[in-house]
Amino acid sequence: MLEVYGTQLASRLLLGTARYSSPAVLTEAIRAARAEVVTVSLRREAAGERAGQGFWSIIRGLGVRVLPNTAGCHTVKEAVTTAHMAREVFDTPWVKLEVIGEDDTLQPDVFGLTEAARILCAEGFEVFPYTTEDLVVAERLLAAGCRVLMPWGSPIGSGRGLNNLFGLTALRAHFPGVPLIVDAGIGVPSHAAQAMELGFDAVLINTAVAQATDPVAMAGAFAQAVEAGRAARLAGPIEARDFAEPSTPVIGQAFLA
Amino acid sequence: MRILVNGDWRETAGRELAATLEELGYGDRIVSTAVNGEFVAAEARARTALAEGDRIEVLAPMQGG
Repeated sequence: MLEVYGTQLASRLLLGTARYSSPAVLTEAIRAARAEVVTVSLRREAAGERAGQGFWSIIRGLGVRVLPNTAGCHTVKEAVTTAHMAREVFDTPWVKLEVIGEDDTLQPDVFGLTEAARILCAEGFEVFPYTTEDLVVAERLLAAGCRVLMPWGSPIGSGRGLNNLFGLTALRAHFPGVPLIVDAGIGVPSHAAQAMELGFDAVLINTAVAQATDPVAMAGAFAQAVEAGRAARLAGPIEARDFAEPSTPVIGQAFLA
Repeated sequence: MRILVNGDWRETAGRELAATLEELGYGDRIVSTAVNGEFVAAEARARTALAEGDRIEVLAPMQGG
């Protein structure tokens, strides 16, 4: 079981709820992914609309745990205020903390992120910071009170997979006891399996499922990949080698030349 | 009184935030509110006075990644 902030999770696949073609497809995708945690957000709603109320009613009906995000926030103040607003509406101390620093890559502003994390952790929030694979930033986030880190694989929605294998491997090795959840950039189930094989504790997927031709089938495929990758990690993968090594025994081989 | 609600100017009776939300049609909604960039908790809305030109954000649960 994965434990985050004292909560045990059997599923290591966290799912985003955005960009699905319909609420019915979203619901079926969450079920197919066997996700226990889904990310949600807060947006303006006009008095005449009820989309947000309907969405929230669907999510509550599924019995999943919600992880509200601060998506779109570019400053510490925006992110902290959004976290307060989310805590009230969603009734959870969990927050996926995003402070965006650059619009083309949606790269986190790691300076603002650590500052916002410090403020929110001190206020009793349980912060899941969306960060890079930078080791120094990771240290600062842990010092700020974060007990989970969410390094990116590659830019949000890009589907490029794990861009910096060396950096992610180093992050895993440096913080063996910290739950690390790869968030953002995973495009296909093999990327998710790779993250799990590297020893990451979980992955968070949104676009790769929601924008697939068949999101429900893709959610199921990701669930299998995450389980396979985790099982492989526990089974102890072999080291890669530069040269071939015969798998069939050489001793006893006939001399037929 | 004119206030800015989710980016749109609205003419309201000028009462406290809780009454203003009722007036605007948010009465039964699950929303979170901020006034001039500061979070206002639900229990504080009834005692939060508004002034001409205030910026109100009314946010609801929404899909997110």
